[in-house]
Amino acid sequence: MSEGLRDVYRQRVLEHSKHPRNRGRLAAANREALGFNPLCGDKLTVYLEERDGVIHDIAFDGTGCAISVASASMMTTALRGHSVAEARSAIAEIDAMLSSATLPSLSFLQDLSALENVRAYPSRVKCATLAWRTLEGALDQATQSITTE
Amino acid sequence: MSVATPAGRDPSSFDVERVRADFPVLHQQVHGCPLAFLDNAASAQHPTAVIDAISHYYRHDHANVHRGVHTLSHRATEAYEGAREAVRRFIGAGSTREIVFTRGTTEAINLVAASFGSTLQAGDEILISHMEHHSNIVPWQLLCERTGAVLRVAPIDESGTLLLDAMLEMLSARTRLVAVTHVSNALGTVNPIRDIVTAAHERGVPVLVDGAQATLHAPVDVQELGCDFYAFSGHKMCGPTGIGVLYGREDWLERLPPWQGGGEMILSVSFTATTYNKLPYKFEAGTPNIAGAIGLGAAIDYLEQIGLEQIAAYEQQLLAYLTSRLAEIDGMRLIGTAAHKAGVQSFLLGDIHPHDLGTVLDHKGVAIRTGHHCAMPVMELFEIPGTARASIAFYNTAREVDQLIEALHVAQDLLA
Repeated sequence: MSEGLRDVYRQRVLEHSKHPRNRGRLAAANREALGFNPLCGDKLTVYLEERDGVIHDIAFDGTGCAISVASASMMTTALRGHSVAEARSAIAEIDAMLSSATLPSLSFLQDLSALENVRAYPSRVKCATLAWRTLEGALDQATQSITTE
Repeated sequence: MSVATPAGRDPSSFDVERVRADFPVLHQQVHGCPLAFLDNAASAQHPTAVIDAISHYYRHDHANVHRGVHTLSHRATEAYEGAREAVRRFIGAGSTREIVFTRGTTEAINLVAASFGSTLQAGDEILISHMEHHSNIVPWQLLCERTGAVLRVAPIDESGTLLLDAMLEMLSARTRLVAVTHVSNALGTVNPIRDIVTAAHERGVPVLVDGAQATLHAPVDVQELGCDFYAFSGHKMCGPTGIGVLYGREDWLERLPPWQGGGEMILSVSFTATTYNKLPYKFEAGTPNIAGAIGLGAAIDYLEQIGLEQIAAYEQQLLAYLTSRLAEIDGMRLIGTAAHKAGVQSFLLGDIHPHDLGTVLDHKGVAIRTGHHCAMPVMELFEIPGTARASIAFYNTAREVDQLIEALHVAQDLLA
């Protein structure tokens, strides 16, 4: 196995992609958005149960590549119980990690640093950000579907 | 499209290593592995002859065409029109008046949609197939929106074969045009163009053929096919990007209105009346892609030297090898298994997403295309978001196919 591949498909990423957490429709959701990556045709829905500025529950549904599913799975795991403001900071930190070599400073995003080497694959960065763009849409109460373009 | 081995020629005598020496880009390492370029349906590579022809033109001969009385303008015009003659010969057209240079297949189809389309009325029908590339769907949808015409879609079966009888039954009194691909970019299916043309012409319906995926793989003769329009791209056949061709039968091109106005496409202009230029210049407004046309001409000369029939015979062997090697892998699902195919094999491997396959394969030096291949209706039909697609050219080898297969095993070990 070449080292470069293991850098992208780290064990943590593979584990989340093969056994995604919080996958499925969230019955109690009061916000949701549909994200679409036109490059690959992947579609992903993010569900939020948000009250008083806090994300009480979060889930995603849809299929995608290992990187997009792992990113969505780790995102939902990381953000449950955190505030909307923290979620927005998290989006900025993930964007920074995938565009420049800045690891997340928020402690609850530690797992997500497993995705840092996706940065070396520009065509795959959108796979990693699809869930986060869609989350942003749900936070913004998007009425239209979100795309990575 | 003929894919039979021509009598007296042995495909095993095809010297692929000698051919590969003509393609500088093939001789490099990617991620420490030899490059195996199996993404030719997206864009083919260029032999030195093409690169040199473009370079020579820019170094020695560049000037605008059909304009000046000076020497360089004359040379540029000769080279540009020489390329048109090469195209005419290559596709067996009767006259260079029938060869319109465009930016590519997409622009050629849009030209017909705009020009021919201006005669359509509400309720008229355009008949396409379910396996079309977006470039042979969306221009007709736009035309339907403009005119109230109706887009009808002929079905394909689960092997990716066009259901010809069903298509011919869809020819109605309102059908004004059939637009169909020669070779499917996503499935590799070769369509029975002659049968479609014969049936359509019996009802007085013209046929446009999207030849983007055909011209690299076997001889094309537009008069033998009988089609009214044939569109193709330079970069799919070892020529440059940004140049393509619309072949149109002269009687059609004479009747159709111009689609873009400007210089070159006129004989005289005043503020009260403009006289359009003769064919093919009526459809070539503005300064054309001169270097692109010259590069395409050089690509055609190169392909003809190798021999399209030789290429077809070699590629059919290689495609059969590719398909059989893929089929050996556990969990392999081949997408596109028509009896008559060229150049392409799409597939899915277990639950592995095509993009992950693409990344792993890239790490092993293997370039393939992943995704929907600009044929989303095909993906919908098969109920998949996309495929991995290996597409070959005559410079690919069985060794590269083996490299692909080894890389797929690596992907399986890592991701399955």
